[in-house]
Amino acid sequence: MILSGLEVLNIREDSNFVNIGERTNVTGSKKFLRLIENKNYTEALEVARDQVDGGAQILDVNMDEGLIDGVEAMTTFLNLIASEPDISRIPIMIDSSKWEIIEAGLKLVQGKCVVNSISLKEGEDVFISQAKLIRRYGAAVIIMAFDEKGQADNYERRIEICERSYNILVNKVEFSAEDIIFDPNIFPVATGMEEHKNNALDFFNATKWIRKNLPHVSVSGGVSNVSFSFRGNNTVREAMHSSFLYHGIKHGMNMGIVNPTMLEIYDNIPKDLLEYVEDVLLNRRDDATERLLDFAETVSKKDSKEEKIVEWRSFDLQERINYSLIKGLDKYIDEDVEEARNLVEKPLEVIEIYLMNGMNIVGDLFGEGKMFLPQVVKSARVMKKAVAYLLPYIEAEKSDSKSSSAGKILMATVKGDVHDIGKNIVSVVLGCNNFEIIDLGVMVPPEKIIDSALKNNVDIIGLSGLITPSLDEMVYLAKELKKQNIKIPLLIGGATTSKAHTAVKILPECNFPVVHVNDASKAVSVAANLISDSKNDNFYWSSIKDDYEEFRDNFLERKVEKKFITISEARKNKFKIDVKNFNIKIPNFTGVKVIENLDLNILKNYIDWSPFFNTWGLHGKFPKIFEYEATGPEARELYDNAQIMIKKIINEKRLTAKGVFGIFPANSNDKDEIEIYNNDSRSEIVNKFICLRQQSKKAANKPNYSISDYILDKNQDQVDYVGCFAVSAGFGADNFSKEYENLDDDYNSIMIKAIADRFAEAAAEYLHERVRKEFWGYANNEDFSNDELIDEKYKGIRPAPGYPACPDHLEKNVIWSLLDVEKNTGIKLTESLAMFPASSVSGYYFSNPDSRYFGLGKIDIDQFEDYAKRRNISINKAKKWLNPIL
Amino acid sequence: MKNTYQVLSDILKKRILVLDGAMGTMIQRYKFSEEDYRGNRFKDYEYPLQGNNDLLSLTQPDTIREIHETFLDVGADIIETNTFSSTSVAMADYNMENLIYELNFESAKIAVNACKKYTDLNPNKPRFVAGSIGPTNKTASMSPDVNDPGFRAITFDELVNSYSEQIEALIEGGVDILLVETIFDTLNAKAALFAITGIFDKIGYELPIMVSGTITDASGRTLSGQTAEAFVTSVSHLPLLTIGFNCALGAELMLPYMKRVSRFSNFFTAAFPNAGLPNAFGEYDESSIEMGKKIKKFLDEGCINIIGGCCGTTPEHIKVISELVKNNKPRRK
Repeated sequence: MILSGLEVLNIREDSNFVNIGERTNVTGSKKFLRLIENKNYTEALEVARDQVDGGAQILDVNMDEGLIDGVEAMTTFLNLIASEPDISRIPIMIDSSKWEIIEAGLKLVQGKCVVNSISLKEGEDVFISQAKLIRRYGAAVIIMAFDEKGQADNYERRIEICERSYNILVNKVEFSAEDIIFDPNIFPVATGMEEHKNNALDFFNATKWIRKNLPHVSVSGGVSNVSFSFRGNNTVREAMHSSFLYHGIKHGMNMGIVNPTMLEIYDNIPKDLLEYVEDVLLNRRDDATERLLDFAETVSKKDSKEEKIVEWRSFDLQERINYSLIKGLDKYIDEDVEEARNLVEKPLEVIEIYLMNGMNIVGDLFGEGKMFLPQVVKSARVMKKAVAYLLPYIEAEKSDSKSSSAGKILMATVKGDVHDIGKNIVSVVLGCNNFEIIDLGVMVPPEKIIDSALKNNVDIIGLSGLITPSLDEMVYLAKELKKQNIKIPLLIGGATTSKAHTAVKILPECNFPVVHVNDASKAVSVAANLISDSKNDNFYWSSIKDDYEEFRDNFLERKVEKKFITISEARKNKFKIDVKNFNIKIPNFTGVKVIENLDLNILKNYIDWSPFFNTWGLHGKFPKIFEYEATGPEARELYDNAQIMIKKIINEKRLTAKGVFGIFPANSNDKDEIEIYNNDSRSEIVNKFICLRQQSKKAANKPNYSISDYILDKNQDQVDYVGCFAVSAGFGADNFSKEYENLDDDYNSIMIKAIADRFAEAAAEYLHERVRKEFWGYANNEDFSNDELIDEKYKGIRPAPGYPACPDHLEKNVIWSLLDVEKNTGIKLTESLAMFPASSVSGYYFSNPDSRYFGLGKIDIDQFEDYAKRRNISINKAKKWLNPIL
Repeated sequence: MKNTYQVLSDILKKRILVLDGAMGTMIQRYKFSEEDYRGNRFKDYEYPLQGNNDLLSLTQPDTIREIHETFLDVGADIIETNTFSSTSVAMADYNMENLIYELNFESAKIAVNACKKYTDLNPNKPRFVAGSIGPTNKTASMSPDVNDPGFRAITFDELVNSYSEQIEALIEGGVDILLVETIFDTLNAKAALFAITGIFDKIGYELPIMVSGTITDASGRTLSGQTAEAFVTSVSHLPLLTIGFNCALGAELMLPYMKRVSRFSNFFTAAFPNAGLPNAFGEYDESSIEMGKKIKKFLDEGCINIIGGCCGTTPEHIKVISELVKNNKPRRK
């Protein structure tokens, strides 16, 4: 016989005895009856779970009690079991003497279950019609040895009824013999009545006959009946159960309803007790009953088994919480959460630390396919219960401190899509984390989403979808939001959604954050980050955005790999300077100028601190970073130490900063080169910047950029200018750093290098400003704060060779030659064209107000060959330098 | 009329049969507008109808026939009716619960006529129509509300009634086989099988039944949480023609589960995987050649009696599959 819950139970001829759990039976368990009467289904499920954990392989469920509505109780309980994968993994046995309850149960169970039971009690017709229905419902069946005349109470009646039932089922109903289980009635022994003396023995013998004469069937029985006379004396009962099973199994009983916790191990039964018990069961002596009763008096009344302390309860706190979340157990969660609450400063931290640690494990297990959906939903429920417990404490905390709800989130499955399981999970998990959820349900039209988002003033809109067209709906909604200038961040989730789709299709439609989240446990941190972003200068979003944009660029590059246009087409599609509206500013100074000893006292005001913290693994924007709860104090300490070090550097003159720049008459030519002339009359080309051009196929009206486009074409017959520079603040840094290194002071050793890097960037910033305002003078009215400078609010750009707009490092050679950098400053180029000292920066100056940074992307073979020719180097050498963009 | 079972059973012992590819994917190629979906008959219907693919059997019957014929052209032995969602439960989305009989009857007719034409052309290669019985959009053993796990959006009895209506119309429309497919909740499938036995009792004859589940994710289970074997066990109480899987997975990921089913079940086996997994844009882009290579492994493993395609599979895919099966022996039960 093969049965199934979520998993298969295959009972073969040679299989071991199959345990049927019996505690979920209102007629056999007072506790379970009380729970069902009080509709305490949570604990009733615990009873079921205990049975499964205790080794039950089939779960018997019985709701036959006069005072309860059996159909309703069966329906509720089986439906609840279906959402408990730990329980529903084993097959269900629907146990009732009422056909209506049995049939109600058959309509609820997806696996192949067992009906317990039907019989010939009401005659053949009823028997046949019930058996046919059971077959149509796809269940196995227990047949009681019962007929029109009554219950079989001796050996002959047992085999007579079973044989008759078998023949009807197999021949008339075409019931599979494998799916028939006989219950030849287990009756109490040692009752003191003569006619009961053979009860056990008759059962054993009938069992043997059935297994021998009725092919493929199984034999089962309710074992605890046999010890009915010894209620209250568990020692005797357990011994009797074990012994009965031992003999029953030997006779062919292959399954039975037993309480595994009421079963002594056969070999552990004391020899004297076993002898008395078996005398009774096998009816070996006339005085067997009296002898057992006398012996029973001497056995301690004390229960043989104390309630076992469940092993996992002895784990440490986090592990217990993990266990409850992973197993979806809510029995102890309040207790554990209370313990956690006493360990943390704020009750919210219990959620953020203990519970989220657990939920992250759940998320990972789910991702790895080690947990499946119903289990995750259960975990979310436990989470919710834990949060509910904490809520009053969190509320109390709130009243004397700041924040209210973590934020308001609207959740919707988009138009045309009805799938909402994932959305609901995310809603629950977010709800658990103190977010206020407005759930619009499924098939929500975009207008309604937007309406409701505005009306409720939500912080985030969560969109979900499982089917493909939902992807377009999400894009549409993003467009609508943008059109209406509504800047509410979007969370995107659902089975067909992906980072790729979000980055490639949705992000371009957004002028607000959009994040793909396909994992409920990650939704919380994403939502929290997005909401706190408004206070953190969108730091979180900009990091995500950078990632998405890079992802998108890579994705598109990969996708359009074959979609290059030829280099001559690309050149035709160059960026064209708006000549009419652009007046070339003749620089106040042309030629090369060396700036010795840049004053560090001035430069320190030009430092962009955010990358400094980044170096140390602290992410955030300066000075907001000091306010971040987790890393703020660390950032502050770092900054203070940096200030001390800067003071030391300046006082002890440990670092020197210097630079050189040049401004030259120039024009671009039709080969993407910037020709640099000796003077404004352009009589001689002294050098050339050899540039590269974007070559991927562009959308209409989007040019294929080259930095040479920012310099006026020589066909325009007007001279333009280009600048370049090199600065360093690294002179002395290596030695100074080494001094600390020798003292095993890595912290300060790294600190010095990090500061030198900042000074080099500051020097570039400072020099650029002076060039704009003073030496070139095209922006002499400019007045920006350091923050504005960091945000590149000024006109013109200073791209550096080796960076995305101009990835060719060989251009540094041109700069070095034009400015005679090494002689003028001491900054050297290594063989691989790195600058030494390391804390150095070099680049071009473009003054055109339309100049922007861009990414060159990959280039095609025709441009590459043309480049090698222009650069006058071998293909191999060119390949070495341009490999990353080929 | 149990002889269809016998006929098919005899053929299946000799060769592998080919099921058609994806109706939905083919329909997408036509890029029908709301107006096309409505046709003349529903032009003033008060609810949007775009996306109601099954309705096209009434409003664009020539297209549906054309799609069937493209699959028959490339060698499909069995084609599926355009009735995946033609139950009152699923049609409630479009307020078309009163069209169930007509949708199923007409869809069956279109497929039957298409098959007849091809069988007449080559009687040595008889073609069969499988009435497609989808999962509906509700689950009988799972709650759509996480906070109320005992809740059910639909009952077994409601499903039985809804399926009975569909099945009776399919049979009257002349289908040869009943195909209960894309099963993600086994209790829904059990309701369909219960409905089928009810109709068989009523009409007094039986049709062969194919049952096809769906393994939805990395856990290797159905959406309702069953393992492959537990699923097979739960639906094996009727003498099925085939058992197997379709949808959700491409051929590569489906193979291990089909091997398990092949070992576990005594019925014939059928698989119709998707053309790979959907890419980031929800498109299926596994080519016929790629898919063919993966299908070849099914054949080499000898775990298949009927093979075809689900989402994303086109006549090109089915053509490759038809060619492949010619060189391979069917699985032995």
